[in-house]
Amino acid sequence: MSSTVKDLLGDVKRKFNAKELSALAAYFRTVMFETLYKSQTGHWGGAASSAELTTALYFNRLKIDPKNPQWEERDRLILSKGHASVNLYTVLAHRGFFPTEELETFRRLDSRLQGHPSMNSTSGVDMSTGALGHGLSIGVGMALAARLKGQKFWTYVISGEGCLNEGQSWEAMMSAAKYKPEGLVLMVDYNKVQLDGTEDEIMPMGCLASKLTSFGWHVAPTAYNGHDTASILDSFAWMDSDDVWPKAVIYDTVKGKGISFTENKSAWHGAVIDDDSYAKGIVELNADLAKKEAVL
Amino acid sequence: MSIAMRDAFGKKLVELGVTHPNLVVLDADVSSSTKSALFGKAYPERFFNVGVAEANMVDIAAGMATAGLRPVVNAFAIFLALKATDQIRNTICYNNLPVIIAGAYGGLSDSFDGASHQAITDIAIMRALPNMQVIVPSDSFQAEQALEYALTQQGPVYIRLNRNAMPDLPRAAAISTVKVTEGSDVTIAANGITASFAAEAAELLKKEGIKAEVFSVPMVKPFGIEAIVESVAKTGRLLTVEEHVLAGGFASAVSEVFMKRGISCRFDAIGIEDTFTESGPYIPLLAKYGISAENIAARAMALSK
Ligand SMILES: Cc1ncc(C[n+]2csc(CCOP(=O)(O)OP(=O)(O)O)c2C)c(N)n1
Repeated sequence: MSSTVKDLLGDVKRKFNAKELSALAAYFRTVMFETLYKSQTGHWGGAASSAELTTALYFNRLKIDPKNPQWEERDRLILSKGHASVNLYTVLAHRGFFPTEELETFRRLDSRLQGHPSMNSTSGVDMSTGALGHGLSIGVGMALAARLKGQKFWTYVISGEGCLNEGQSWEAMMSAAKYKPEGLVLMVDYNKVQLDGTEDEIMPMGCLASKLTSFGWHVAPTAYNGHDTASILDSFAWMDSDDVWPKAVIYDTVKGKGISFTENKSAWHGAVIDDDSYAKGIVELNADLAKKEAVL
Repeated sequence: MSIAMRDAFGKKLVELGVTHPNLVVLDADVSSSTKSALFGKAYPERFFNVGVAEANMVDIAAGMATAGLRPVVNAFAIFLALKATDQIRNTICYNNLPVIIAGAYGGLSDSFDGASHQAITDIAIMRALPNMQVIVPSDSFQAEQALEYALTQQGPVYIRLNRNAMPDLPRAAAISTVKVTEGSDVTIAANGITASFAAEAAELLKKEGIKAEVFSVPMVKPFGIEAIVESVAKTGRLLTVEEHVLAGGFASAVSEVFMKRGISCRFDAIGIEDTFTESGPYIPLLAKYGISAENIAARAMALSK
């Protein structure tokens, strides 16, 4: 039976499988690229990098209710790399938190869709981010609150390696290792490119997994492929496989993923999308979407 | 229209690198935005990109300064003023170290990135720190002058820079208060890039028969206030304009001097009220928060009634 992304989006409440998630993420990339092109501002590189991660979370894993965005028992998601806001907004809109038409207002004056996620402006945003380095500490706080209140929700923090440059990230890691709050997961979108250049040029992370381990974290034994939705679902299975906290998963990703000339290029961190790049880029993204829809 | 302050500042760093062998430049993974990358390209051995770690960067610069180097640290103004406040206060200012803090994307100039990236409290913070000098250039020429001046100083200097290309204003030989228009009805003291809007407002006011005396006041500390005091002695009316919250910023600095000296006049202040700002295109965004020629003219007119 063949279906399309449009069919999939007809019933967004169910748990999608790997192939479906892959097609959804491919579609969201086209929406993100178009939104950024139309608004002539925003961050493509980091948004393209986390597309499968956010799609898998919102369309397979998170316990959420778009009709009741403030539900106390909902799982929390903190996009610590807040500059990837267009990715979060695209996923939230298609998951039913607000009308997809509103994406056009991204970064315009008076819009609810602020340049960086703003929890008091946008339905579904659990925490405002933008200044890098805050996310993990906030996640520790949310997870500790769950423990204290006897609630069972999970707290996921998505961070880039650039975000981990901030000393606060490492303070948060020590705090998390001390308190070991249940349900706290750090997901590193590890694309190895920051704003100014590659991680090797700007701030080499060394062996991130051993750093996290030595800081007292329960780190997934393998790195997962953050663009392969089957691999991401495997990482979810690992999260459920034991009761040791806090958990960290490192996902190998590609900044600017999906368009040949934007991949692994720090220049595409926040470049304005010109007409020519849009015309060429959208062809590549649509081809990828067609390929993924064909195997649904 | 001038080149953007950040471009002028980056080029000036390169130029001064020749004459100042002890000049070192640091950045926190935003050198392609701040344009300190230009210096990095010219003098790779004197350029340090320390990653997204503003507080760390400032203390590294402090260490360098104690050993005879002249560091210029670059990052977004909001993150220098807020993430590295402790390092700027307890290391740089307390020890009076000659570190130049170059706050890029000042005010609302990182307009699309939104409230999380807009520096609206940096002037209040920096001017409250003992030993710190505070300069808010009004155009790219003044940004270059500010850097030259800062390098002659024995202690810390904060320079707030703007992201976007803004109009050029009349020049003075050194960084100081500049009279932009001559007038006798109302004094308008404008801080930073708001001076070009004030100059435009003076044209609008002229049509209404009101002669406004407009000043661009880049030196917040030490304060370039004397020309304003003299002007107000003549006009009896003062309107201040700043791209910053009204609490603790430029209007506050003016009020402190006027109150202390017992100068009374009709007074109004344009700046960001007690609110967070938002995303949007720069000029309309400024206008929404009161910084436009039209609003400056309207408020000056109300003062003149
Ligand atoms: C405190 C702070 N400093 C600087 C910036 C500017 N900035 C935005 S994104 C970025 C690099 C982020 O790299 P990473 O976390 O790896 O994100 P990704 O590559 O996934 O986009 C920087 C330096 C910021 N947003 N916050």
